[in-house]
Amino acid sequence: MSDHALDPVRPARARRAGVRWRHAAWRQYRLERRMFWRNPSAAFFNFLLPLIFLALFGAIFAEQEANLQVIVPGIAGMAVMSTTFSALAMNLTYLRESGVLKRIHGTPLPTSAYLAGIAGNAVTNTAIQVALITVAGTAVFGLEWPHDWLALAVFVALGVVCFAALGVALSHVIPNFDSAPAYVNAAFLPVLFISGVFYDDEEAPAFLGAIAEVLPLKHLIDGLSGAMVTGEGLADHAPALLVLALWAAAGAVLAVRGFSWDARRR
Amino acid sequence: MTAGVAIEVEDLHKQYGDHAAVRGISFRVERGEVFGLLGPNGAGKTTTVEILEGYRARTRGRVAVLGMDPGPRPPALRERIGIVLQSSGLYRHLTVREAVGHWAGLYRAPRDVDETIALIGLEAAAGQRTRTLSGGQQRRLDFALALVGDPELVFLDEPTTGFDPAARRQAWETVRSLRDLGKTVLLTTHYLDEAQALADRVAIVKDGAILAEGAPGDLGSAASRYRVAWRDAAGTLHERETAEPTALLHELTGAALARGEALLDLSVTQPSLEDVYLELTAEPETVA
Repeated sequence: MSDHALDPVRPARARRAGVRWRHAAWRQYRLERRMFWRNPSAAFFNFLLPLIFLALFGAIFAEQEANLQVIVPGIAGMAVMSTTFSALAMNLTYLRESGVLKRIHGTPLPTSAYLAGIAGNAVTNTAIQVALITVAGTAVFGLEWPHDWLALAVFVALGVVCFAALGVALSHVIPNFDSAPAYVNAAFLPVLFISGVFYDDEEAPAFLGAIAEVLPLKHLIDGLSGAMVTGEGLADHAPALLVLALWAAAGAVLAVRGFSWDARRR
Repeated sequence: MTAGVAIEVEDLHKQYGDHAAVRGISFRVERGEVFGLLGPNGAGKTTTVEILEGYRARTRGRVAVLGMDPGPRPPALRERIGIVLQSSGLYRHLTVREAVGHWAGLYRAPRDVDETIALIGLEAAAGQRTRTLSGGQQRRLDFALALVGDPELVFLDEPTTGFDPAARRQAWETVRSLRDLGKTVLLTTHYLDEAQALADRVAIVKDGAILAEGAPGDLGSAASRYRVAWRDAAGTLHERETAEPTALLHELTGAALARGEALLDLSVTQPSLEDVYLELTAEPETVA
């Protein structure tokens, strides 16, 4: 700090570098958004699929408010995981194997600005989906508006960080793009089924419950359920926050450590 | 053209486990020069170039690219080099102009986007999505993305492999226009005619080492052997190699005249780059 006071050039340079970084990240983010909308099938799966799930389960559980109160936060949790974990694992595998990552790595674009742009794109999808599901839950299924907006925001944010990091980490073990859907679904679907997305997890067998208890999705859904339905706030879900934070930390370490810009040699 | 050294490589080594991919390569590329690394597949060309580009770490040796060590990938270096990789993916849902425009934004002082598209001859496809481009057009887009940052030094790793002859000629024209713009180019190729047509100087690489280096024309004469060939009266072909063609011809013609015969189809040739290349890169005969 004292160095900077003696040298007025350096803070100015650092500030310019900061402006350039934000500019680069913002440009990358806008590019990712544009490409997202240009790929209609990706856009479809991202937004329509959770709404279709919601509509189907809404029809099955019509008039059963207790079940609807399980399914809406459950689908919201699923949306957080699919927009970050699944989407990033698939996208990064594609970008790495097709050589886009390597090409970008040869330009002056700062790595962190690039990753911020990609992550921002995933977060935007999460935010849109959670908003759609919240609105649909209230407007179509007659649930009340979420009771605790702060808790909702905190759990969505922590869920995003956790599942984004795990998605990046998963991409490191996927050997090629053809096998990416298999890897992603092998992780995504079982977690989805045991974490109480489609039913109240109190009704599941104990051993499945025990597995779900150590995985992050159940805790995310518990937190979302508290925020959206029961009105339990952050203080009531401290253990859930802790489990999510631990997974986020582990995911972040694995995401950074195994990162490769280059396609796997086959 | 600016004088000085663009690339300096001294005793470069790269080891992958037990395999030595590069074994003590040294060369210099002057600014404004088109330098070719010529050699068969697996010779260590790409490994060498990717070390210079900052993609790979070297095992040992000294490397300077535009006066900088590419190892830590300094941003100031990435700002001034352009890279055409052997193969690399594109954003499939962007148009050509959008892709070049986005890449231009990654550099501080880029070239004009439309001018760059014109330079590589993709004007007609500028509004097309990149996934609809032909192989040759995609390669030209690779060139455009590498050039739009207005780099001083351009790396071209096997830029025409898999091209049809017309597409190769077009790529060659682009490389020549780079030279005309005063750019330094480091080119790898396993096509002899490509090295001959484009490079000011060529290094022949095999098994991770440089076997010969020089201007394509000099590499042939550097062997300084001449091949003298003729047919005798019976029609049998004779060939002699010599460093002193004048003396040999005097001897041969003198003897023929004395016998009252002619030396049919008499020719004196210097080995071409191709002869040198094939001789240097030939697999040693296995001893039975």
